[in-house]
Amino acid sequence: MPGYADPGFDTLALHAGFSPDATGARAVPIHLSTSFVFESSDHAASLFNLERAGHVYSRISNPTNAVFEQRMAALEGGIGAIATASGQAALHLAVATLMGAGAHIVASTALYGGSQNLLHYTLRRFGIETTFVKPGDIDGWKAAVRPNTKLLFGETVGNPGLDVLDIPTVAQIAHEAGVPLLVDSTLTTPYLIQPFEHGADIVYHSATKFLSGHGTVIGGVLVDGGSFDWEKSGKFPELTEAYEGFHNMVFSEESTVGAFLLRARREGLRDFGACLSPHSAWLILQGIETLSLRMDRHMANTERVVQFLASHPLVSRVGHPLLESHPSHTLANQLLRFGAKGAGSVFSFDIRGSREQGKAFIEALKIFSHLANVGDCRSLVIHPASTTHFRMSDEALAGAGIGPGTIRLSIGLEQADDLIDDLKRALKAADKAGV
Amino acid sequence: MYLQVNGAATYCYTGGKPINPAQPTVVFIHGVLNDHSVWILQSRYFSHHGWNVLAVDLPGHCKSEGEAPESVEAAAGFIGDLLDAAGVQKAALVGHSWGSLIALEAASKLRERVSHLVLVGTAYPMKVSPALVDASLSEPMKALHMVNVFSRSTLAAPPSALGPGTWVFGAGMALGRRVLASNLKANVFHRGFVACDRYANGEKAIASITCPVLFLLGSVDQMTQPKAAQGLIQVAQEAGQAVQVINLPVGHHQMIEAPDQTLAAVWDFLKP
Repeated sequence: MPGYADPGFDTLALHAGFSPDATGARAVPIHLSTSFVFESSDHAASLFNLERAGHVYSRISNPTNAVFEQRMAALEGGIGAIATASGQAALHLAVATLMGAGAHIVASTALYGGSQNLLHYTLRRFGIETTFVKPGDIDGWKAAVRPNTKLLFGETVGNPGLDVLDIPTVAQIAHEAGVPLLVDSTLTTPYLIQPFEHGADIVYHSATKFLSGHGTVIGGVLVDGGSFDWEKSGKFPELTEAYEGFHNMVFSEESTVGAFLLRARREGLRDFGACLSPHSAWLILQGIETLSLRMDRHMANTERVVQFLASHPLVSRVGHPLLESHPSHTLANQLLRFGAKGAGSVFSFDIRGSREQGKAFIEALKIFSHLANVGDCRSLVIHPASTTHFRMSDEALAGAGIGPGTIRLSIGLEQADDLIDDLKRALKAADKAGV
Repeated sequence: MYLQVNGAATYCYTGGKPINPAQPTVVFIHGVLNDHSVWILQSRYFSHHGWNVLAVDLPGHCKSEGEAPESVEAAAGFIGDLLDAAGVQKAALVGHSWGSLIALEAASKLRERVSHLVLVGTAYPMKVSPALVDASLSEPMKALHMVNVFSRSTLAAPPSALGPGTWVFGAGMALGRRVLASNLKANVFHRGFVACDRYANGEKAIASITCPVLFLLGSVDQMTQPKAAQGLIQVAQEAGQAVQVINLPVGHHQMIEAPDQTLAAVWDFLKP
């Protein structure tokens, strides 16, 4: 039923969460205000006690952020969302809402290095342990679940090996264990996959990447699909029993489907405070409005570059599911909206030869920028083993599909011919460096 | 809190408070494939402002056990039993959609035990298209999508049931799926629609109530269009009832698309 009442993805990307307000502003206004005036003493008390909905203080909520949150929930097919200071803040908010010391997480080995750090080192210091499992090791996921497991967690496509997470199967394992599946969909965005449709329960993004798309802002967002039954699980007293820290509220009684978001905002944002600046939310919204256009171009350029690299004699491996040799080729075609070519534009490849040749390659590039980010409109390059994933052991690196000579690319929106020329010249320089 | 009603555990959201015999009581009754949580931004306010609240999950819906009502009359009988189980002699009844018909029928049966009647998003007769009734049985997910499309009036709702950042459409879809899954014996979606469609006692009921009635309608409601309530309003007026009509600029999700306006209208109508 096309139209305003049942709009498609592109329309939601432009209109969900905002319609012109009393000022007549067509673009989403930036509400740079820390706090919001109460109508009366009763209104103030009602807002604090969740009897009425509205904005009090911008650490908890903000009108500009709320547009971003509604828009992301709409694009993901969720019930609501919470904007956070970064993708890492979104991951922390999810974990901190669901568990405390003594809890256990089962996570994919194919994670962004920062997420791996949080789980492997930092959360362990707070009494939360994580068992890592290769994303395709289904028996491993099952075997890793313990009585105190509270969460299963993976990335839609692992960074940078692009191992596609078998969301339906892992979700089933999670649900049989009475716990939710959390998915990081940063590299795919809701345009390439909507994890809730495949059984995931909670999704988060580093909005720093493709959502904002221009390398200008740090931000994150946590989206709840509203599908997980916390009461039926019986493993989450944080959501199903009276919480003394908020007027003895029982979040699952207040909202049948939204208990997680209620507590995440009312406790997590309130106490940990990793909120998003409204200005950052606005910048991310600018990116979301053109998300599908940009992702189409990212995909098209990536396909060209993958084809070029796969046929180059100095390249020993290209890690993109577009290639039949990639272990996730079939799964990508099954799960992703555009099949394997929709497995994102962040991927890795290996150059034959020494580390010195790898260095020569990176330094010869002129269009690709050497930096620690992905999902920019400009093409980017990095050497993960010495940068983003440098804290990981060789074993952990191998688990994430990263070798000592692996190069990671994030393909941007430039002319594909120009990108290929840049890579061609750099590969030539790498070849010379090996002589 | 849970009450035993006709031998079945029945959930009522009370705002976390016990029933205080010194306070007035308001019962909130949800519509098809909904539960108590659709009233959260009205029921919680009342419960913290001097009222006993019984925002019920109808039998066979979500947290409540028991046989899901097959008719408006059966559900109305349950409301009387609920008041008895709660030890409440007199209450205001507030119903949405199917719940409005249940509240109306209950008010006509309970007579002086009902202090006020609020009909939110109501219509009479509440005919449901045969295609939608069939789809609720054969393709419930498709029907659920249709209902939520017809129910919404905006892509930019104000802060709502989950606070700012609530996507009302998604929340409606998720709640519908949850309620449907909560009853493995009966399709409460289809059963509720059939009950709406078959209810034929509306005019007689509205003429026999003994309390004031508020019609709270959505001016752009596609599920229960305001014009479909006019006949009932006219019968009430001709019967000499104390009738108030308020139109809110929303669709069928009155409580979550316009939570403050809905609360204000109900609060003003019920206040002593």
